[in-house]
Amino acid sequence: MELFNVQGQLTAMSRARIDDNTVRFVLDGETIELRDVAPTRTVLQFLREDLYRTGTKEGCAEGDCGACTVVIAEIDRADDGLALRAVNACIQFLPTLDGKELITVESLTGPGGNLHPVQQAMVDCHGSQCGFCTPGFVMSLFALYKTNPEPTRVEIDDALAGNLCRCTGYRPIIAAARSMYDLGAEADDWMRQPVNGPADTGPRVERLRSLSRDKDLELHNGSGHFYAPSSSGALAALLAKNPDATILAGGTDVGLWVTKQHRELKTIIYTGRVAELSDIEVTSRYIEIGSAVTLTDAMHTIVRRYPGLDEVFRRFASPPIRNAGTLGGNIANGSPIGDSMPALIAADTSLILRSADGAREVALDDFYHDYQVNDLRPGEFIEVIRIPLPGKNTILRSHKLSKRFDQDISAVCTAYRLELDGDRVQSFRMACGGLAATVMRARRCEAAITAACWNEETVENAARALAEDFTPITDMRASANYRLRGAQNLLRRFYLETRGDIAETVYSYGR
Amino acid sequence: MDAETDSRAAAGRAAVGRPLSHDSAHLHVSGTAAYTDDLPEPRGLLHLAVGMSTEAHARVRNIDLGDVLAAPGVVDVCVAADIPGVNNCGPIVADEAILAPGEVSYVGQAMFVVAADTVEAARKAARLAKVDYERLDAILDPLTAVEKESFVLPSETINRGEPQRALADSPHRVQRRLELGGQDQFYLEGQIAMVVPQEDSGLLVYSSTQHPDEVQHLVAHATARSAKDVVCVCRRMGGAFGGKESQAATIACIAAVMCVKTGRACKLRLDRDDDMIMTGKRHDFVIDYDVGFDDAGRILAVDFMFASRCGISADLSGPVNDRTMFHCDNAYYLENVHILSHRCKTNTVSNTAFRGFGGPQGMYAIEYAIDDIARFLKKDPLEVRRRNFYGIGERDVTQYGQKIEDNIIHDIVDRLEADSDYQDRRRELREFNATSPVLKRGIALTPVKFGISFTATHLNQAGALVHVYKDGTVHLNHGGTEMGQGLFIKVAQVVADELQIDIGRIRINAADTSKVPNASATAASSGSDMNGKAAQIAAAKIRGRLTEFAARHFAVAESAVEFHAGRVTAGEVTLSFEELVQLAWFDRVSLSATGFYKTPKIHYERESFSGRPFFYYAYGAAVSEVVVDTLTGEHRILRVDIVHDCGDSLNPAMDLGQIEGGFIQGAGWLTTEELWWNEAGELKTHAPSTYKIPTCSDLPPDFRVQMLQNSANREDTIYRSKAVGEPPLMLGISVFHAIRDAIASDARPLPDLQAPATPEAVMRALGDETP
Repeated sequence: MELFNVQGQLTAMSRARIDDNTVRFVLDGETIELRDVAPTRTVLQFLREDLYRTGTKEGCAEGDCGACTVVIAEIDRADDGLALRAVNACIQFLPTLDGKELITVESLTGPGGNLHPVQQAMVDCHGSQCGFCTPGFVMSLFALYKTNPEPTRVEIDDALAGNLCRCTGYRPIIAAARSMYDLGAEADDWMRQPVNGPADTGPRVERLRSLSRDKDLELHNGSGHFYAPSSSGALAALLAKNPDATILAGGTDVGLWVTKQHRELKTIIYTGRVAELSDIEVTSRYIEIGSAVTLTDAMHTIVRRYPGLDEVFRRFASPPIRNAGTLGGNIANGSPIGDSMPALIAADTSLILRSADGAREVALDDFYHDYQVNDLRPGEFIEVIRIPLPGKNTILRSHKLSKRFDQDISAVCTAYRLELDGDRVQSFRMACGGLAATVMRARRCEAAITAACWNEETVENAARALAEDFTPITDMRASANYRLRGAQNLLRRFYLETRGDIAETVYSYGR
Repeated sequence: MDAETDSRAAAGRAAVGRPLSHDSAHLHVSGTAAYTDDLPEPRGLLHLAVGMSTEAHARVRNIDLGDVLAAPGVVDVCVAADIPGVNNCGPIVADEAILAPGEVSYVGQAMFVVAADTVEAARKAARLAKVDYERLDAILDPLTAVEKESFVLPSETINRGEPQRALADSPHRVQRRLELGGQDQFYLEGQIAMVVPQEDSGLLVYSSTQHPDEVQHLVAHATARSAKDVVCVCRRMGGAFGGKESQAATIACIAAVMCVKTGRACKLRLDRDDDMIMTGKRHDFVIDYDVGFDDAGRILAVDFMFASRCGISADLSGPVNDRTMFHCDNAYYLENVHILSHRCKTNTVSNTAFRGFGGPQGMYAIEYAIDDIARFLKKDPLEVRRRNFYGIGERDVTQYGQKIEDNIIHDIVDRLEADSDYQDRRRELREFNATSPVLKRGIALTPVKFGISFTATHLNQAGALVHVYKDGTVHLNHGGTEMGQGLFIKVAQVVADELQIDIGRIRINAADTSKVPNASATAASSGSDMNGKAAQIAAAKIRGRLTEFAARHFAVAESAVEFHAGRVTAGEVTLSFEELVQLAWFDRVSLSATGFYKTPKIHYERESFSGRPFFYYAYGAAVSEVVVDTLTGEHRILRVDIVHDCGDSLNPAMDLGQIEGGFIQGAGWLTTEELWWNEAGELKTHAPSTYKIPTCSDLPPDFRVQMLQNSANREDTIYRSKAVGEPPLMLGISVFHAIRDAIASDARPLPDLQAPATPEAVMRALGDETP
């Protein structure tokens, strides 16, 4: 394999000595070893500029269009099987591939140009016009093909929510998603079998296992340093030594600092390999989610206990973003329009913060001090997100308003936790995003409802109180007036929902 | 082989009319279709980035590029003074600088260019300029421009009948102001050009452009060369939608200027945000109308005022706004009409072509007026639409004097009304609304009549080049460009049938100014009409020469020579096409030909806005049904039925793709796609994170599209097909009116819904009082 890497030397030495300063991953059955990788070089840059694999496209360089979608396979922590997830190559930093397998659109085509069933279905259904978004769609469809044997229309929509097509209007792509399972699955070829096929993932898992390392990954190159500690203690020690380091989790925001703001990140500490941060545990009282758990996995667990969050979580970004982004990252980033925090604050979530000096617990409600100012001290990181389990009478619901159903940032996001004793409100919490500099509880509104009778008059009083809780701003997403009025009406909607007067949103209607 | 395929084959139409796959489909899906950024990079290639104005209007007192030049990897910078030729990239009027010379006129205007070893180095460095601005007054919206008489081109008027008197005499009148948003093209492949120096001052330009000819000429002017020195090539674009008709030239000119300055190959690929800030979009409009009508809903007179935001230069705004004036009748006869069109000059990026090219805004206006009339009279809007349709043999002359000879809108709407079950569903959803407190449903049927041809008559010409090689395979070029619409496969189908060969024998090649000169933009939906004819003419010439040769060689009459399914019969002899080609070559017969086509019948006086600007019209209609949440303004499309006219389709699969894709794009324009500028004139929706085009889940769960059958074009177009690129976009207007229908009730008979109908706009139409 002769490859030239403008950023450093690229070699394919599968039996070479394992070196701390080397990133290793699998691509098309070969182990790729990269030395002197610039920590913020993206997977997309690597593919296009170093390997000249130009099938993967750049459409936006911010993870919003999906033209760069690739699939990453890794060993599933839960069952030691193979876990596949579609991610955006444009904001995925290359060192995060260490120990994983990268699958790109070029990986799918067989010898002699033999198209993969996903690709063939796209051809047969006329699923491409200009073709620029197509490799990304093919990869999202491939991830669907390998994870869901019989997707519904809603599941197809969801799987493709992170891929924009400007030509087709999507009808033929949905048709391809439906027909791809019927095209030429091959018994001995794992790539060409749908999820429930008989192919053995063993060799792939073994291959990945052979990449596991004894020592933590560290990269040092002229342009910066990259650390991937494997334990919470190591992470704390590194942070203590490098208090100004950038903590990298899923990179769905940090990636944009590089691709859009052109910031230079000298030292990066990656949380994706920290064992304690990667687990989910459900105890008798709490759901405890490690801060590096992906949004996909975290939401899956949360929605099982809080089904009222299903719609808002489905509308949260897109699968490639949720597959990379983490719940801890969403919280630490602390955007006033982050969609997880209203629900988590309403649910009375707390955070376990850790540093070299030890751990402490802080209520999420107290975590945000001001716009992009939070309670984290130098050297401290979020270790675990602790969400109380619902009580018997707990109703938790979250609503969001945005211009588009899928993958749109909220104008307003509201969440409420209500506990009723008959008609009497035992407890009520409401948190709102999009109305202030941080996600924030609506204290006056809560006061108007708590201990009152759960009726229309109470809700109208509370809606008036909401107007005193917040003074939102006008920007490209919504006017101040719509934000406030929207939040008030969402509260009214919540009331009607609890009364059973309305059961559907425009998104569930007729489905 | 089914009966239909059989009969088509017998008629010699083995390729034309079949739903063949896009010629590049297998390349698209495997990632091997090469776009401009995928081409192998020449030795020493420099990557460029543009330094943009951050002010809407300012004099540049000083620009310090010291830090830019000193940044790592930077090789050179370029400002207006470095342009060797003409500092202009205005396609029609020479009023738009490639690089701002001393004064900036909008946020995002290119001021300088950086060349560096890598894309990142160039983009990083471009941010390091120190610019000393002296801020000047800026005009940011059309109404202020009208007030200050700030126009890129003179205002235009069409007047027919006695609109003012008829308005005064009308039993009923409705007046309204509409604020209609623009739209970003959002092609997935951003603007890009790569310029490679050639010997003796030549330049080879790879450009993602709908108009290679214009890129060639503007690059030549900018670099003080002539057309012969510049070749522009485009194999495919990753989408264009009008956004690469004129805008691509700016990008190519910048790269060419730097290429000439450094003597090295240069590539400029815009970052998505820069692309959306720097390049033009669909014009947003302020529209006033005053419509008078009788008790039956028939329009007696209408007075329109259109004020479009053209931005800082004329660009294509002249013909765009002309088309608005030509389409504010849509399918309706306007006996007394006054149309005033202002082309407003504002300190914002110059707006440009976008699928429909001004037509959608005109149609939007008259459809809104019709909807108002129906709601005012408490009638079904469909009834009012029908009442005003152009007649057949009467009431059939447009406001610009063209007699409509091919009107099929009545048939289309009748069929659609029946097939979509419009009346029953309308009744049913009214019952639903009466008992549903929060969710309300709405339904609307809107028609489309769209004129086909460039309104500038001289642009209606096309060329093609066909080579037949000794082995019987074919190299095909024409002046059209491929942006995903399937033009290349359609033209190849025409050539395959003209030569009676398998389409696999034809290689479709990049648009290339050295192959086909002086080609018009692939625009105005005219690509397959014009290039199909030109290629057919070229292929027919070769077939004619082969016929003549075969007759001579086999001593039969020319009438005894027949081409069919890859074989040629000459009297008693039958041989393969390649055998005949081989013999003809040996006999020194020319096997290469050009074809030239100009659209017949059209003529048009720009001064009086009269004549026959359009060869024919394309028609269609759509019924959309939506559900709206009256608490939040959110909405979703539930079902769409479309009947659309493609004439005798060259390729039903490609045409269906245009109908479906156009409809969704039109629906996006009027619902989720909101362009938002702040008070400083900065566009704040400049990436997919903030600018929302439809996604998969926005496709209606029930989507029924029919292409009108047995509907051959009455005009002699290529195989009697019809253009299909733009017209379906305007079917999306039905979604907007379905939303308005859902909002309307006794309490809100004439809701003031503005486009795009975002949830917030719907809430405003529902009544804006905060409890």
